[in-house]
Amino acid sequence: MIKTFPKGGIHPQDHKLSATSEVVPLALPEVVTLPVSQHIGVPATVIVKPGDVVRTGQVIAESAEFISASIHSPVSGVVVRTDDFVEPSGLRRTAVLIRREGDDWVEEVDRSPELVESFSMSPMEIRSRIARSGIVGLGGATFPAQVKLAFDPRKKVEVLIINAVECEPFLTCDHRLMLEKGPEILTGIRILMHALQVERAVVGIEENKPDAIAHLRALAAPGPGIQIQPLHMKYPQGSEKQLIKAITGREVPSMKLPIEVGAVVFNVATVFAVYEAVQKNKPLVDRVITVTGPEVARPGNFLVRIGTPISALIEAVGGMPRDTAKVIAGGPMMGKAVKRLDAPVTKGTSGLLLLPERLSYREEASPCVRCGRCVSVCVMGLEPYLLAALTNKQMFERAEGEGIVDCVECGSCQWTCPSHRPLLDFIRLGKVTVNKRIRARAAKI
Amino acid sequence: MDRPLVVSPAPHIHGGASVHRLMYDVLLALIPAYLVSVWMFGWGALYVTALSVASCVGFEYLIQRFVLKNKPTLCDGSAVITGVLLAFNVPSNLPPLLLVAGALVAIGVGKMTFGGLGQNIFNPALVGRVFLLISFPVPMTSWPVPQGFHTGVLDAVTGATPLGMVREGLASGESMSSIMANLPDYLDLLVGKMAGSTGEVSSLALLLGGIFLLLRRTITWHIPVSVLVTMALFTGVMHLAHPGQYASPVFHLLTGGALLGALFMATDYVTSPMTPRGMLVYGAGIGVITVLIRLFGAYPEGMSFAILIMNAFVPLLNRYIRPVRFGEEVRHG
Repeated sequence: MIKTFPKGGIHPQDHKLSATSEVVPLALPEVVTLPVSQHIGVPATVIVKPGDVVRTGQVIAESAEFISASIHSPVSGVVVRTDDFVEPSGLRRTAVLIRREGDDWVEEVDRSPELVESFSMSPMEIRSRIARSGIVGLGGATFPAQVKLAFDPRKKVEVLIINAVECEPFLTCDHRLMLEKGPEILTGIRILMHALQVERAVVGIEENKPDAIAHLRALAAPGPGIQIQPLHMKYPQGSEKQLIKAITGREVPSMKLPIEVGAVVFNVATVFAVYEAVQKNKPLVDRVITVTGPEVARPGNFLVRIGTPISALIEAVGGMPRDTAKVIAGGPMMGKAVKRLDAPVTKGTSGLLLLPERLSYREEASPCVRCGRCVSVCVMGLEPYLLAALTNKQMFERAEGEGIVDCVECGSCQWTCPSHRPLLDFIRLGKVTVNKRIRARAAKI
Repeated sequence: MDRPLVVSPAPHIHGGASVHRLMYDVLLALIPAYLVSVWMFGWGALYVTALSVASCVGFEYLIQRFVLKNKPTLCDGSAVITGVLLAFNVPSNLPPLLLVAGALVAIGVGKMTFGGLGQNIFNPALVGRVFLLISFPVPMTSWPVPQGFHTGVLDAVTGATPLGMVREGLASGESMSSIMANLPDYLDLLVGKMAGSTGEVSSLALLLGGIFLLLRRTITWHIPVSVLVTMALFTGVMHLAHPGQYASPVFHLLTGGALLGALFMATDYVTSPMTPRGMLVYGAGIGVITVLIRLFGAYPEGMSFAILIMNAFVPLLNRYIRPVRFGEEVRHG
């Protein structure tokens, strides 16, 4: 049976231009830039200094904090700087700049391509290996992976859910990974099942990827416990709460984590990173990135070292089409527009989308005609028109009561609005203020 | 890089819906009904629609330009729709001065006093229509009988609408069956061969337009279905209880602008609720009030009043009928 989440959602055209392009390793960059904050949580602390010689896979920044992730050098070479840089969004952040000299890996890493299926680590060992490997959620949320394995022991995990939905238009990196690294992904799932001590795993894949569904089904068939679940195409199915709802029928309550309903969710690319960390002792130094766009000459999927400048990926697809006016890190619904092409790709970069001028600007907004479309597409059962209006009037108390912090920022409301109103812009602003108020209240108690 | 990249927050794509496209969908959907009304009422249908649209658009422009002093927004098409719907809701032989006055009230009082598009509480075309009906009851209830182009505009032969004939017949003590015998049969009612307001007569054409709007997802089914089912149930129960006194539900659905109201007037975005459940309650309210007015009120037809009354409840419905929030009902399954 094909499933989906029941409430709201939209059907944007999927534009999977690069779905048949095999993953190609990108030429190693001359310089890499590694921001110390590529994850949700506390930024890592730099442990190298300018002039240090580093090897590929060596730790260059780490943190003792619970919610944080260490960062490894994705190339071998010399540390040039460890200060501020301008990140894709234009903000200044601390980063380590390394000039590459060859590709000399640390010895512990097994770089052979052979599949290793059996594993003997204990759940604790798996967790600490994942933590040491700097793995974060590669779907874009960049939540440190080991934290998901360390939950309140009174709560019981009933199902491990693998997010292979890839509902963002244009992106195909997860799709390709499933086709090309199927056995590794299934081993990764078994490792995570063992780490979580759970008997059941469900891989959710949207039905526009029938080849991936069939491939993983065939691979999963002999063993028990892993189920491949086809899902109807609907955005934002890759949103964690919506995926859990689609697969288990359960709703994660407001402000709660999936564990509340017995679920833990990992992105499929993260699962592959877990395989590499546990079976090959390879830290997270590269990932698959889709580089695409309506007018891109050769849209493709690339295995890219973290920290590679965006410009290098654009060259790999035949350069920037002449009328490109916008470059997006991520998909068109939730990705971030990039200001500078010398900015690096980070752990959370799943794609680069090059949009021509005609698709780069918003239409002018007109008055709300109260058609109610934003309400009917909202997957969280919120009323976007109202939240936007309350934010505009700075009525934050009421906005909080109307559930503004539940907004998953999927953008469906704005996508569907016939008046082209910037609903999500307002809601994001309101969320920031309301979240501040909630934290301030909690601090008082 | 010869020029800076565009930076804006997500989402970076849009579904392509636009207000003017929605408005033009509605206008397209009204074309079949318009063609039938031209066939039935000839020059009158042409005149009344042209003058009404011209007046509504003209007044909107003048008020925006000289009274509110903001940028005129005629191209959104909403004034054109108000014009067409006002014309569809008046007899096609209405004297021009009255029609222009109706348009002024529709746009001026019904829409612009509230702040223009998106702000008004009441359906502007119905505000204009009800203003005319209450102020000028005689010309507003002298409906021309369908004669096509065989007659002029103001000298057309007039007659009562089917609902009016039922009411007069019952008042003069006639039995329902003998009244019905003198009325157009269901086929004529379906096609639109009856006296009535310009655009309300052809149920078939209106239904065609309504299906188009549903297929285009310009409107959802909630309001029309709720209005029509409520009317059918209410009149059905009354008809079964007292067939001699109350007409059948089919008769009620095919007359008195039931379909024009349910499909095109009650579904006006601005003046209807935001949530599907709110829409169902709103539609049911319209159905009940319409039937109450038709069967027990002072007017033979009640659609316009029912919609305006329910319009007034929309802010309340929006306040109390909310969507179910995700995570509110935690089900384990």
